[in-house]
Amino acid sequence: MNKNKITKALLVSLGLTFSATSFNAIAADVPAGTKLAAKQELVKGNGSEVASIDPHKTQGVPESNVILDLLEGLVTQDAEGNTIPGVAESWETTDNKTFTFHLRKNAKWSNGDPVTAHDFVYSFQRAVDPATASPYSWYLDMTTMLNASDIIAGKKDKSTLGVKAIDDYTFEVKLATPVPYFVMMMGHTTMMPVHQATVEKYGEQWTKPENFVGNGAFVMSKWVVNERIEMTPNKYYWDNDKTVLTKVTYLPLENYVAEMNRFLAGEIDMTYDVPNEHFKRLKKEHAESLAIKGDLCTYYYSLNTHKPPFDDLRVRKAVSYAVDRDVIAKFLLGKGEKPAYGLTPEIVAHFDPVLPPYAKLTQKERNAEAKKLLEEAGYNAANPLKFSLLYNTSENHKKLAVAIGSMWKKTLGVEVTLENQEWKTYLETKNQGNFQAARASWCGDYNEASTFTSLMEGNNTTGGVHYKSAEYDKLTEQAILSTSEEERQKLYYAQEALLAKDMPIIPIYQYVKARLLNPHVGGYAHHNAEDKNYSKNMYIIAD
Amino acid sequence: MFTKKQNVEAVEAFSSNLEIQGRSLWQDARIRFMRNKAAMVSLVILVLIVLAVIFVPMVAEFAYDDTDWYALHEGPSATHLFGTDSLGRDLFVRTFIGGRISMMVGVLGALVAVIIGTVYGATSGFIGGRVDRIMMRILEILYAIPFMFLVIVLVTFFGRNIVLIFVAIGAIAWLDMARIVRGQTLSLRGKEFIEAAHVSGVSKWNIIRRHIIPNVLGIVAVYSTLLVPSMILTESFLSFLGLGVQEPMTSWGALLQEGAQSMEVAIWQLGFPAAFMVVTLFCFNYIGDGLRDALDPKDR
Amino acid sequence: MFKFILKRVIEAIPTLLVLITVSFFLMRFAPGSPFSSERELPPQVMQNINAKYGLDKPVFEQYTTYLTNVLQGDLGPSFKYQDFTVNELVVAALPVSAKIGAFAFIFALVCGVAIGTIAALKQNTWLDYGLMSTSMLGIVMPSFVLAPVLIYIFSIGLGWFPAGGWFDGSLKYMVLPVLGMAMMYVATFARITRGSMIETLNSNFIRTARAKGLSFSYIVLRHALKPAMLPVVSYMGPAFVGIITGSVVIETIFGLPGIGKLFVNAAFNRDYSLVMGITILIGLLFIVFNAIVDILLAYVDPKIRY
Repeated sequence: MNKNKITKALLVSLGLTFSATSFNAIAADVPAGTKLAAKQELVKGNGSEVASIDPHKTQGVPESNVILDLLEGLVTQDAEGNTIPGVAESWETTDNKTFTFHLRKNAKWSNGDPVTAHDFVYSFQRAVDPATASPYSWYLDMTTMLNASDIIAGKKDKSTLGVKAIDDYTFEVKLATPVPYFVMMMGHTTMMPVHQATVEKYGEQWTKPENFVGNGAFVMSKWVVNERIEMTPNKYYWDNDKTVLTKVTYLPLENYVAEMNRFLAGEIDMTYDVPNEHFKRLKKEHAESLAIKGDLCTYYYSLNTHKPPFDDLRVRKAVSYAVDRDVIAKFLLGKGEKPAYGLTPEIVAHFDPVLPPYAKLTQKERNAEAKKLLEEAGYNAANPLKFSLLYNTSENHKKLAVAIGSMWKKTLGVEVTLENQEWKTYLETKNQGNFQAARASWCGDYNEASTFTSLMEGNNTTGGVHYKSAEYDKLTEQAILSTSEEERQKLYYAQEALLAKDMPIIPIYQYVKARLLNPHVGGYAHHNAEDKNYSKNMYIIAD
Repeated sequence: MFTKKQNVEAVEAFSSNLEIQGRSLWQDARIRFMRNKAAMVSLVILVLIVLAVIFVPMVAEFAYDDTDWYALHEGPSATHLFGTDSLGRDLFVRTFIGGRISMMVGVLGALVAVIIGTVYGATSGFIGGRVDRIMMRILEILYAIPFMFLVIVLVTFFGRNIVLIFVAIGAIAWLDMARIVRGQTLSLRGKEFIEAAHVSGVSKWNIIRRHIIPNVLGIVAVYSTLLVPSMILTESFLSFLGLGVQEPMTSWGALLQEGAQSMEVAIWQLGFPAAFMVVTLFCFNYIGDGLRDALDPKDR
Repeated sequence: MFKFILKRVIEAIPTLLVLITVSFFLMRFAPGSPFSSERELPPQVMQNINAKYGLDKPVFEQYTTYLTNVLQGDLGPSFKYQDFTVNELVVAALPVSAKIGAFAFIFALVCGVAIGTIAALKQNTWLDYGLMSTSMLGIVMPSFVLAPVLIYIFSIGLGWFPAGGWFDGSLKYMVLPVLGMAMMYVATFARITRGSMIETLNSNFIRTARAKGLSFSYIVLRHALKPAMLPVVSYMGPAFVGIITGSVVIETIFGLPGIGKLFVNAAFNRDYSLVMGITILIGLLFIVFNAIVDILLAYVDPKIRY
């Protein structure tokens, strides 16, 4: 093992291009025959600046990208998005309520300390501790971990959380209700461990590069806010021999055109996104650099069922039917997005819903139906339907709002006022229900339908509160209690069917993740629906 | 340029009766402005643009919000003279209709800036002493207050309202102007003719009105033409915050912003609105120069 | 001079106090919270976060606490960039913007004054129109157009300069941002200089000097330039502060870690403490540079007294 490592270092540093069989012994994920480049440095665009690299303070995607390289949870994901062992080598459960994880003995922190079950006990407790005030503490509540909810509410002490270190390498979690997909949920950033001694020693300062101790494949070496985060391999990482990259850089680039330009100037290997308007040109001129995959997100318009005119089901249905989703997906977006007829995207694992009846009609039939419904509701040329559509400022949202507004105007004679607000104002307006129709979207936290369906539950202040359906909530309860996967899927389908019937939202399209990826980058997770791209699996191919 | 006789008359008028002097100054200015070729040509072009902006959208073939899914990002052609945007909307009509709000914001914003800035700056500089210091400290506070929050709060409390655009733009536009005018005034205050007026018992306000302001108008005219483009761009930032024009209506600032995002794929989306804006601003520029020359009280 | 400075320092205190107070409450009137997000947090979680950052207390109490901390030089932790304090963020970002700004400012001032002077001397000739029209382009072409054009030509096309990044401010990373920032100010300085120079050249003392038979270039440099600089100097205060506190457009496009981007992001994120911190910084800069400008004004025109 050790010898191989030296060989690798030598080869890499000399830039020799041996037949790669010798590499295969070391870096198992690099396919045979691949010639590695001498310089193994990767530069990734990362959207916006990370709010924090403390897993218990974050909630965004850019943060998650960085943390996945710095910390490793009980489980991680492979390139296809399957859950695979992380710090835990194996796990078992008999009733989906008590889970026992067996940790690998060679897992180490970046200062050489072993990663033990006690670290996970500490970290999970820290995540729900009101003093930590983690924004994603509700995620633990969603796993129904014993007492999580009461601890967050300050009713119980954090030590009562349903976690236990049976010994240094055996970790047990107890849930209140059976959650069959619990193990998969452990891949989320909020479930990452933190190093107790470091956190306690440095307090809020523990995430500074000079203090940071992690157990992931990389450690942070430099952090300039709003410019770059640099990482180098963690030599104590249990699987470090497989790490090929010697340096990973994350750049917070908010402007996708600027990001694209830097990619084209050769300064970035992998972008965060692609500017919509440029997609066609890039496809023509840089087809080899485009990487597109399905994404675990849905774009939809939320209708306020408690306010006129959308308290009338016929009106909700009419405006939903009149949206030509094919035009949007094909012409206006055109990156491979699919029309959406439900809240949960089809890419979600084991999720294969029956399309609602209206999805099977042609657009012409839908328009006719929509006109009929609207007339029944009492709207016509003399008394046109008027409402305002709220969206947050962004080129993409603006474009779709204008397009859909124009569809409504043309087919139904509806007069729509577009109302854009900057992000935080928009959130406030939307959450307080001061809207008639509003843009929204959601990306799954884990690859299971409940991460979407839970949005429309009556107590969800973002989505369901403007819907409040007892029937829907009952289905949720049944799904949580159901023990068979098949039965649960059926309940999710029933929820989707209910959404199509009540139409509290207008599903519009299912996202794809498109980015520019330099062809010399290998190991990119082309099929990971959650877009988790672990840098440890990536490498640079020689030109 | 003027005969000696006129010159003498002007001096006489100045010394004998300040009231008449005030009137003849404006007449002089008008005559001199009319003789400035560049300024007059610019004025004519500007009037033409204004007329086009008002009337072209009324008679154009397409409406500004007509989408066409089969003509996305089409280059200029006989049907779409200026091409189409990413939703297939005709840019010809959008460019003209966008000029409405932009011209209005540009001119009115600059006007607000000129009026408030000049009066504030002249008052502060002329009175001087403690008043000047307090007025300048207020200016510093206004400079540093986060403008974005001002706009957001305005929108939250008063909703979306076209008047608010001018309030918001006017609120920041005059600050630089006030600083410049004050600087000029400080220098003018030491001049003999001001002291003369002072001695002969003219009130402070009248000195500001009759002597200081006419003498700073030259630099004001120059600087206000510089303000027009920044007003037009500020307007597009305001719509970013939810104030200002909303889609599908548009403005030059918004068109430019959109065009800049896609200039490699649809240069016409940037080019046509930009060309109109450039021509308009050049016109303003030369008119500003003409005004400066015309308003210079020394130059007669 | 000493008295002047002392006066200004004393005046700065109430000025800043008013600024802090107005900004603080203005910000709190704005809708949205630092911790609101796409999926609204459950009330319990929100309550924990608010308690941690003291946002659960009455606004006035938050204000007095903030004021006390500021007096001790502590601007508090950033609400958005939770791993950093406001002091750390500002100290890291200011030099970036200041360095680019200073270069851009000097470049703009020198070019602008030179262009403006030449144009004034050749008033209403083709040289005048040519120079002023070219420099006008800098004003008409907003930085969000200019910067991508620069990148397109010099980075993607010619490959001379990088398309972005800071890398501790090495020279080649600064060229394009400095250019992108300076163009607008070049034109502004040129326009103001030209206008003022024409006015000065028409004034009596210049006529006297010319009547005495002094050489024209001597008159311009020796007699006209200084008084003609008066409005330029007045404009310099706000311009300098504006330019060294960075441009959000330039910083976003070139990926620079400067104050401009930090500030705008802070405002969008409702990062209360960071917005306040930068507001105070900008206020301070205005106070300092306006004082310097006032000293300069008195130097340009010795008759000016305060």
